[in-house]
Amino acid sequence: MNDTYELRGGESHIEVHKFYPGAILGITILALIFQAAVPVYIPRMEILDLPLLVTIYFGLSRRNPSTGLLLGMVIGLLQDSLSGPTVPLGLYGIAKTVIGYLASSIGSRLDTEHPAARFSLIMAFFVVHQAVIVLTRRLLLAQPEPWVNWALLIAAAVNAVVGVFLFLLFDRLRRNS
Amino acid sequence: MVAIPSRHKSLALLAGVILVQVLLLAVQIKRDSHGRLIRVWAVGAVSPVERGGNWGLGKIRGIWNHYFALQGTQRDNEALRAENDSLKLALAGLQGKAAEADRLAELLKFRKSQEKVPMLISRVIGASAGTASRTIEIDRGERDGIRRNFAVITPDGAVGKVIETFRDTAQVLLLTDKEGGAGAMILGSRMQHVVGGDGEPSLVMKYVPNDDSINVGEHVVTSGMDKIFPRDIPVGTVSEVKAGNPFKQIRVKPAARLDRLEEVIVLLSQEPLAFANDAASQNAPAVSAPANSSAATPSAPTVKP
Repeated sequence: MNDTYELRGGESHIEVHKFYPGAILGITILALIFQAAVPVYIPRMEILDLPLLVTIYFGLSRRNPSTGLLLGMVIGLLQDSLSGPTVPLGLYGIAKTVIGYLASSIGSRLDTEHPAARFSLIMAFFVVHQAVIVLTRRLLLAQPEPWVNWALLIAAAVNAVVGVFLFLLFDRLRRNS
Repeated sequence: MVAIPSRHKSLALLAGVILVQVLLLAVQIKRDSHGRLIRVWAVGAVSPVERGGNWGLGKIRGIWNHYFALQGTQRDNEALRAENDSLKLALAGLQGKAAEADRLAELLKFRKSQEKVPMLISRVIGASAGTASRTIEIDRGERDGIRRNFAVITPDGAVGKVIETFRDTAQVLLLTDKEGGAGAMILGSRMQHVVGGDGEPSLVMKYVPNDDSINVGEHVVTSGMDKIFPRDIPVGTVSEVKAGNPFKQIRVKPAARLDRLEEVIVLLSQEPLAFANDAASQNAPAVSAPANSSAATPSAPTVKP
């Protein structure tokens, strides 16, 4: 964690992480392909939302709200595109835009390197992400969706556990500044 | 001009991006379109990778299943071998039953074609214990009306004669036994000779002078002169003719398959039979008159099955 913080005159300056060229693009594409292909062979993997985890991770690491929300928008729209005609373009786009903005905003204020913090944040972001989707469906698409159920909480916990380990893997792609 | 703080810039961007996407959603709902162009691009970009992944996964799965995940294969192999063995046994049993059904059908057909001749169909239940004699044991005996010297045949030809009877079984001396034999004649020339056995699978035609003309391939039938077999039952085919001193050495291949008898027919009288499908009957009168009919009939009750 020391390489991510710089203490100057008693004020904490949170370091903005940079990644090797192509890392963000490569991870994003891999996450989308995983999300589109793997549940075909292992239906239980549908519970994972890797594009969301990627959005959260780069939002927390880059710590730039504008970049975070734009990355979230792109990932969300691509996920919409790959989700078939039953999912309108913008459903995941809006949700991931919000998550990208929130993650990068929070990442610039809090310590998001500790696994416990990451676990909590991923769970919270997952619930918010689902809430935005439900809100969009209810308000804009007139599709009744339940707000909260056990499946949502279990999915949030599973994604949080996977996210903690995945983020450790992603940390290796950081470029030392 | 008042500068917008960076935080407000990102908030404005967020609002703008969300607004654009809400409009995008609204357009899709209103026009019932699904942003086909964007989807085509996205799917077109991802599907080759998916296809490649699918191919790679298939290969990996195949390699794993065929080379690594084999811990249960030995057990499965043993179970399949055991199943295969039991199926082979079952198949052999079924093939045996099918062959038996064929034989019984043939016997029944023969029996029906000889309705006027009293006869008994009997199953072979044993054979001679030693190689010195060629006899079989059948499952019919005195209780069924079988007596000594009754002729035993199959639909193919002569087999032998009953030499011993018991309450429920009887012993049959085959033509191939050294003591076995029958009065026979060459079908074409009607020359009568004795045919008997010498312990070999084939029969011997005995006491044929060198002057008599007998050729390989000629059919031999019973002559009826032995007072055991009716006339014109196929005995066999001449398979070998050699000049000898003082008699020719003639071997006859039996018409009946004497080495694999399973069901036989015991004739309860010496009434002539008609072997309609046999070569003998094609060249000779179909039904022959009984030879010495009064004397030929064995002194035993005739029991019809």
